[in-house]
Amino acid sequence: MDTSLFAGSVNASMILAVLPEILLLVLALVVLALDLSLRDEQRSSLGWITAGGLLVTILISLAVGRPGAESRFVWGGMLRHDWLGFTFKMMFLFAAAITALFSSELARMGKRGEFYLLMLASTLGMNLMASSADLIMLYLAIETTSIPLYVLAGFLTRDEKSTESGFKYLLFGAMTSAVMLYGFSLLFGFAGTSSIYGLAQGISSGQLPTGALFGCLLLILVGFGFKISVVPLHFWAPDVYEGAPTPIAGFLSTASKAAGFAVLMRVLLAAFPLNSEIAGYWVAIAAVLSTVTMTVGNFLALAQKNIKRMLAYSSIAHAGYALIGVVAASQLGMTSVVFYLVAYIFTNLAAFGVVAAFGRVAGSDDIAAYAGMSRRSPWLALALMVAFLSLAGMPPFGGFIVKFAVFAAAVNANLIWLAFVGVINSIIGLYYYLTVLKVVYLYRSEEEEKPLPVPASHTLALGLLVVGIILIGTVLAPWFGMSNTAAAGLF
Amino acid sequence: MQFPILSVIIFTPIVAAVLILFIPAERKTEVRMTALAAATFALLLSLWAYFSYDVSAGGYQLLEKYTWLPALGISYQVGIDGMNAPLILLTGVVMFTGVLISWGIDDRPREFFAFLFILATGVFGVFVALDLFMLFFFYEIAVFPMYLLIAIWGWKETREYAAMKLTLYLFIGSVIALVGALAMYFSSGLGTFDMLALEQAGFSTRFQQIWFPFVFFGFAVLGGIFPFHNWSPDGHVAAPTAVSMFHAGVLMKLGAFAALRVGIMLMPEGAKMHMPWIILLSLVNVVYGAYIASVQNDFKYVIGFSSVSHMGLVAMGFATLTRNGMIGAGVQMFSHGVMTALFFAVVGMVYDQAHTRDIPRLSGFRKVMPLVAVAFIVGGLVSMGMPGFSGFIAEFPIFMGVWESHPWIAIVAAISIVITASYIIRIIGKVFFGTIPEEFDHHVHDVTVLDKVALVFLSGILIIVGVYPSIMVPMVESGVDKILALLGGA
Repeated sequence: MDTSLFAGSVNASMILAVLPEILLLVLALVVLALDLSLRDEQRSSLGWITAGGLLVTILISLAVGRPGAESRFVWGGMLRHDWLGFTFKMMFLFAAAITALFSSELARMGKRGEFYLLMLASTLGMNLMASSADLIMLYLAIETTSIPLYVLAGFLTRDEKSTESGFKYLLFGAMTSAVMLYGFSLLFGFAGTSSIYGLAQGISSGQLPTGALFGCLLLILVGFGFKISVVPLHFWAPDVYEGAPTPIAGFLSTASKAAGFAVLMRVLLAAFPLNSEIAGYWVAIAAVLSTVTMTVGNFLALAQKNIKRMLAYSSIAHAGYALIGVVAASQLGMTSVVFYLVAYIFTNLAAFGVVAAFGRVAGSDDIAAYAGMSRRSPWLALALMVAFLSLAGMPPFGGFIVKFAVFAAAVNANLIWLAFVGVINSIIGLYYYLTVLKVVYLYRSEEEEKPLPVPASHTLALGLLVVGIILIGTVLAPWFGMSNTAAAGLF
Repeated sequence: MQFPILSVIIFTPIVAAVLILFIPAERKTEVRMTALAAATFALLLSLWAYFSYDVSAGGYQLLEKYTWLPALGISYQVGIDGMNAPLILLTGVVMFTGVLISWGIDDRPREFFAFLFILATGVFGVFVALDLFMLFFFYEIAVFPMYLLIAIWGWKETREYAAMKLTLYLFIGSVIALVGALAMYFSSGLGTFDMLALEQAGFSTRFQQIWFPFVFFGFAVLGGIFPFHNWSPDGHVAAPTAVSMFHAGVLMKLGAFAALRVGIMLMPEGAKMHMPWIILLSLVNVVYGAYIASVQNDFKYVIGFSSVSHMGLVAMGFATLTRNGMIGAGVQMFSHGVMTALFFAVVGMVYDQAHTRDIPRLSGFRKVMPLVAVAFIVGGLVSMGMPGFSGFIAEFPIFMGVWESHPWIAIVAAISIVITASYIIRIIGKVFFGTIPEEFDHHVHDVTVLDKVALVFLSGILIIVGVYPSIMVPMVESGVDKILALLGGA
């Protein structure tokens, strides 16, 4: 590794590289200050302020913080300022803004400043995850992301399920993170450097036996696999999603998962590059994980009675679909992963948003409770339909084109069997999504005369997401181009 | 720039669907009027597109092309030729009559028409698509609203089961075909989904032979080919009338058409290898479908299985790979579409009045609804392939084609005509003639004016094509000649 990276003073371009993070920190402090000064009846504006602040952060970053055509290492090689990281950062900020809007009207959390503070801290961690170029930085970023999320999952302290959720998430997270840290330390020992981009060279010069390297790979994948909830590291997801406040479950299943994918792609391609002997191993592991994750996720989703648990299993399955692109291990493959995550974030946030809006009034997350929903609130039902059909991979919604992209990547890499596994799985997925839509549109219930008011913050967020889902699914070129640029940062 | 007529046709229904969703739910009349206006507009445009097609010039006309996702070679590209022009017209006709017949739907008509029109956009899009990606895109749009339409407004007894079965069958078919399409895309090395370019890609014979069945059957599921036809009668029966009309009248053509355009036209060598056994499957469709139809007691199941039988003739015509067979199949797609829409309209009208579809219990409906009886008889004559009706124009060339290529199959298939005649005449005699039972005396009334308009319109088309085939046959011929050129003059 070039030592000059570690020298030199702070300059403007280094500041710009971490501009979103700086703005996030400022926003977090503003929220904290407001939390102390706002009177009780004004506090419902906290969610709006957070969302607005995030929007400003996105706009400023887009205006001045964009990376150049060349990827650069900044802050002593700790971070890499590239399009991959930048694209993911924008996605996290967006997801956080939407989550803030969803939370603002919810009881026992929407009016509490620390809720938003924790969420912003976690977003800050994700941003650093996406751009980390050093194992130590990466580990710190992952912990910065996770610890606030443990608290958020258990935020409803008087709700047994929520506290259980938070605690379970903490235990699983701590264990996998420890295993991953062990993998990091071994890699550091073998390669003599903690820089992710220096690992490959260090390893090859160290004449390391493939077996030892394979061991490191497995240890690291445990930590990453937990983040993206692949089978067999998925057990936490349904319990945590079910118990956590619904917007947080949505945040976990989208932003946190996307952050895991960003790290996974970066570390695999940088530390175990495709031209090395070890690459064949991680491709094979990813192929197995992808197949098992899709299949197990979809099959278990079939049996669920609680919509949040169903969405948890569905989001496990979606990690499997996205992994198809990783298995393809090509530029097209990585593009399709990024593209998949973009559409998935919009779609799954919308799904959880509807669940949050419905649960807020109905007080239940049982699928059976959704009977008659289309008569109570046709627009909310329509938003749910858009989200679920997009999850099922139906055009003209975003889910179609991105599934098309990952399957295309698989066929291009001659993984026709994997494409078939994917399409068969998407049929199983269609079945359980349609089952919910059937309840929403077809079944009657005694409560269908009761109004289902949707607060303005929810309406705005859901409107944005639905429009986004349709735009992703119909105006294809800009999104694909963006994903392609981001994926190019990996190679 | 010339008026983008095909794009306007595609997007008219979906724009109307969005507008309809913005009308308050309780203003049902406005919803229906908007739907009718949009359907009329689409019908007029499809008539315009149909009659503006210049047969002597041939080839693809009214072309439009816009880049969509250039990085993957995806474009929005539409055009009509002799094969799809009649199908555009068919969709316009069924959409128009479907709206007329659905006037009486009172449970959430807003959502009903919105979903129906989203479906219509999908159908139009598939028929005119000249880009493979675009074809899939619209194909899926045409599939999913079906689920909700059947599950919400369908027949209570079987709707949930039938809707799910139909959706899963069709979705499985389409995703399998999708993998085949991706294989074609990457194997061609052209980096484009443009079907006009892929036609010339020159896939290796081996590639075509391996992938043809995936693509062909993936789509042919929707065309109702044996042994994947099982979803179709259940779906027809469970669906509300307008949806049955769309479903049997248009959607099944979607499958047959896509199997032709993507399967046969892009992989002609594969077609040559596999068609000899596919024709046997279509024979099962034709004869077995007709037989099952003849033993049903539920009026709607009879029509449902007759669709399986008649769609078998379409597949058989294509499978001969002869000029006559394909011309017949092309006309049959149109003729059967209109005919079966007429049949399902009649079944729906009888059921709405009698509240039963049990044939032994029905009798004498000619007296209260004479026009419905006449319409059914017209449809029946078409179905039997009587000269003077469009069915003859379609079925005669099919049998000629089959005779040229597989005489024995023609002989066996001809049995179906007799069986068809038997069940059609049985229904005419049983349902429409005779005396009307007392249980129906009070509550059975004649149909509304709108229903009559729809019936006359559909019957009229069947007769016009029957007595004046030049209105359609030369057009289909020009389309078939192009396919034959791809098949190497086979």
